[in-house]
Amino acid sequence: MRPEAYVAHHFPNLQQQEHAARLGMWLFLATELLLFGGLFTVYSVYRFLFPETFVAASGLLDVKLGTLNTVVLITSSLTAALGHHLAQHGRGRAAALALAATLVLALGFLVVKAFEWTHDFHEGLLPGRYYSYRELTTPGAPMFFVVYFLLTGLHGLHVILGMCVLGVLMVLAWRGSYDHGYSTPIELGVMYWHLVDLIWIFLYPLLYLI
Amino acid sequence: MNELMRRILFLPEQGSAYAREVDHLHFFVISVTMLSAALVAMVALAFFIKYRRRSETQSTPHVEPRPIHEVLFIGIPLGFFLLWFAIGFPLFVKLQTPPKEAMDVYVQGKKWMWKFAYPGGPNGMDVLRVPAGRPVRLLITSRDVIHSFYVPDFRIKQDAVPGRYTQTWFTAAAPGRHQVFCAEFCGLGHSAMLAEVIAMEPAEFDAWLAEARRSSQPAAQDSPEDRVDPRASLVEQGRALSAEYGCFKCHTVDGTRHIGPTWLDLYRKQEPLKDGTTVVAEEAYLTESMMDPAARIVAGYQNVMPTYQGRIPGPEIAAIVEFIKVLRTDVVRAEPSKGPVYVPVPGYDPTRAR
Amino acid sequence: MSQSPATTPPAPAEAPGYNPRNYLNAESGVASWLLTRDHKRIGIMYLVLTTVAFALGGFFAMLLRLELLTPGPTVMSAMSYNRMFTLHGVIMIFLFMIPAIPGVFGNFFLPLMIGARDVAFPKLNLLSVYLYLVGAAIALYGMVHGGADTGWTFYTPYSTTTVTKVVPILLGAFVLGFSSIVTGLNFIVTIHTLRAPGVGWMKMPLFVWSIYATSIIQILATPVLGITLLLVAFEHAFGFGVFDPARGGDPILFQHLFWFYSHPAVYIMVLPAMAVISEAIQAAARKNIFGYRAVAFSSLGIAFVGFFTWGHHLFTSGQSTLDAGIFGVLSMFVGIFTAIKVFNWTATLYRGSVKFTTWFAYFCGFLFFLVFGGMTGIALATVALDVHWQDTYFVVAHFHFIMVGSVIMAWLAALHYWWPKMFGRMYSEGWGLVSSVLIILGFNATFIPQFLLGNYGMPRRYYSYPERFWPLNVASTAGASLLAFGFLIILVYLLVSLKHGRVAGPNPWGSRGYEWMTLSPPPPENFLEQPTYPRPPHDYSDLGAAEVTHAT
Repeated sequence: MRPEAYVAHHFPNLQQQEHAARLGMWLFLATELLLFGGLFTVYSVYRFLFPETFVAASGLLDVKLGTLNTVVLITSSLTAALGHHLAQHGRGRAAALALAATLVLALGFLVVKAFEWTHDFHEGLLPGRYYSYRELTTPGAPMFFVVYFLLTGLHGLHVILGMCVLGVLMVLAWRGSYDHGYSTPIELGVMYWHLVDLIWIFLYPLLYLI
Repeated sequence: MNELMRRILFLPEQGSAYAREVDHLHFFVISVTMLSAALVAMVALAFFIKYRRRSETQSTPHVEPRPIHEVLFIGIPLGFFLLWFAIGFPLFVKLQTPPKEAMDVYVQGKKWMWKFAYPGGPNGMDVLRVPAGRPVRLLITSRDVIHSFYVPDFRIKQDAVPGRYTQTWFTAAAPGRHQVFCAEFCGLGHSAMLAEVIAMEPAEFDAWLAEARRSSQPAAQDSPEDRVDPRASLVEQGRALSAEYGCFKCHTVDGTRHIGPTWLDLYRKQEPLKDGTTVVAEEAYLTESMMDPAARIVAGYQNVMPTYQGRIPGPEIAAIVEFIKVLRTDVVRAEPSKGPVYVPVPGYDPTRAR
Repeated sequence: MSQSPATTPPAPAEAPGYNPRNYLNAESGVASWLLTRDHKRIGIMYLVLTTVAFALGGFFAMLLRLELLTPGPTVMSAMSYNRMFTLHGVIMIFLFMIPAIPGVFGNFFLPLMIGARDVAFPKLNLLSVYLYLVGAAIALYGMVHGGADTGWTFYTPYSTTTVTKVVPILLGAFVLGFSSIVTGLNFIVTIHTLRAPGVGWMKMPLFVWSIYATSIIQILATPVLGITLLLVAFEHAFGFGVFDPARGGDPILFQHLFWFYSHPAVYIMVLPAMAVISEAIQAAARKNIFGYRAVAFSSLGIAFVGFFTWGHHLFTSGQSTLDAGIFGVLSMFVGIFTAIKVFNWTATLYRGSVKFTTWFAYFCGFLFFLVFGGMTGIALATVALDVHWQDTYFVVAHFHFIMVGSVIMAWLAALHYWWPKMFGRMYSEGWGLVSSVLIILGFNATFIPQFLLGNYGMPRRYYSYPERFWPLNVASTAGASLLAFGFLIILVYLLVSLKHGRVAGPNPWGSRGYEWMTLSPPPPENFLEQPTYPRPPHDYSDLGAAEVTHAT
């Protein structure tokens, strides 16, 4: 479809509509930041109250897997951005492939996460009253894992949501919906993906490195 | 004047000097509020009458405010608000700063009663006796959910939070009785959680306190089911209670395996469970074993322990747990203590800079 | 209509009295409503839903006041009472106060006021209605099946250890939060991108400015409530221990997180009310607002400073004294913006052309109650005074003065000011005045005794109380009956007017708000021809000139 055909009846022109779409997505991303902000606050408070235990508990996570996941996710942001760039230039099929690569990397992220979580379950590194790890019994250890599972769980949920959105966009791109210069939906989906990546970039050092 | 305003506003009696100061600020604020509300109403009424619509086609001028208007609209309220804050906040700081010579009383809120304890005894429930004219500091905590210790006559209130102590203080001006309410919703008995502060003549109070401490029975005992006296050793009581409840029929204290696991060295032990997992036998697990013994059974033992849910009140459970905690083989030491031992936290090296 | 000749909608002689092809009848059938993307129809759906919610919350309020008629048990058990005040609070706040004015009047009039044909994201707008429905259904299900007895504030550890089922209500509130966020997001983008040529930022109707400020709060504060409620739900269900001292948690952390949303939330409730009043006062006095910039920017000021005052709910909770000081002084600042508005609204009457109507009566009620409610708020912020009043009926009276005395007066003013535009019909002015008197008197009778009860020392959420509080409680219950009666009368005559009311015409009040520059009821596409905006809204300085108005 020609780009002009996408203009809704209440917008005067396409530029206005695309501007509105972008603004809307930025506002939505702001709400997501505040949603995670609550959890980051909880993390900060309990880190302040149990400093040594949090450091020790953080040491029980697998830094290598965490780093691997960070690299995977950042790369997926790169492929996503590439996908948007290609769509902007009307190369729908290439864009679809870039988005497919993003999805594959995202899936890899989730698989690694699944490994980490399974390992934690076996070790007894569980939240709250389910915590049963013998070697670290100081108060605050179960709390670290409450925060860890909530943060990575909520983030993982957003990864899955992002994958669904990008999946739909990938199919549409493959079918040629974005071959004629109208690529705003891809831009919005990729923006969301960048947010998912950005949140991980904050999670990773807070949970794994310090 | 003070008395008149107090009655008009339905304020309770001013049981302390602090209450009187709070009321004076209250009167100041409420008077200005009434005056400004009346002023706004009168101005609006005057404008409404003077500028009422006389014809459908009368036009109105476009009026813009001059800077002085906004300066006044902002400046006058701000001046009052900050003045009130400047009076009210130091007053609050005063409330947060008990005098050094204040007498301490421990207050514990629990559903749905207030318990009081003087360091050195006695303890009591729902009645707090204090000397008039002497400052009293309250150290408040809660056994379960958040409550709030509120004495309207003294204009004081402080939340009772589980897991920590909060404080407040007052000086009762004269002998008298003052009602205490719980002011933080805590369930079915929230509105029944009443108590009373009885301010006594200082001499009478001293006499009462001495008598209460002298008496051989624990004075003014808590609820009838509550036999634990926090003054006496919890461990001693725990030993007595364990015998009474028949725990020693199945558990030994010398390491011998019997129907149930031995209590010697049980505290903080890594107990392997029937289902293959391991549990650290801390207070939570020990308490759970009494309430719901079938939940997590130690490997190698049968599921034969009866539940004590509803049969042992909270304080007695605490006493039994305290007793279990002292049953350690290394408690018996021939030589004097060498001081505390710090167990390193795995993965944390305090000497390494971060 | 009193429009300057430069505007393009049909001239008075040709304008139909009742627009025959309007948004209500252009499409018919249930599906056309359930799948509509017309912001006006969505506004009407919100009107129906929020009115039902208000009736439900009000019903619970009457039961509460009935129980409080005697010091001991009157008509229900303590558990029922506790669940009932929780229901009253949750329904009123999440199902009425937060969504009502933005959802009904924001949706209906925002595009009309800026010359747009719809909001930026009409499908998202419809989604917000369904999110409201789903959230309401989940919460109501939870309430009926063993519902919560925690109070709408869900303080831990009580809420995480109570035997009642809190999780459905928490989840319902979570979903309702998304409805609020979607609405706010939609409005912000609409205001930024869909203003017609001629409607600059400094020429927008003041209603738009306040809705804009409200929307900013909605999108920034609501997610924090969402995650906080989720944490409580997790802890109740799985014992995570985030707020449990026995597991290292801090119960007061919940209070900080909760009030970080819930204090800005009260501005979500009051800013739209102020939005309505800014419009109504200009139309009633037929005069431009005194100090457009001050009123516009004070809305932003409330939104901004309001985020930094949450700790004044924690003065007796055990937070540090320094915190109490900081939050106390910041709370003083947020009150200034309201003071600015009160003075500017009153000064708008100066040299105006004021006519007394039902909605002007509600403006008067609003003004008086806002001054009192606001000043008692300042009094509460004066830290030492709050210690006596915290968690007593003084606080209950304070927030009801704002929520009922201000917001609901504004809601009623909006209903009565804009009814002719929304439905093309006039209601009975006589019954309107009668019920406004009932409401204002009933309100005073209900809530002034509660200020006195708070002074006297009666804590809130009390099922039974000492006998000395009895007379004031009886007075309050009597007043509540008057209030209920007043609301019932309003419902009746408004509904009657839909069928039997006099045709209103495009502009029965002769208002020069931008939203009046179209037919009544508006056509589906809002305007037959795009209006132009050569003058600021509510500019009455050339009234004496040409036209005759459709006077009432």
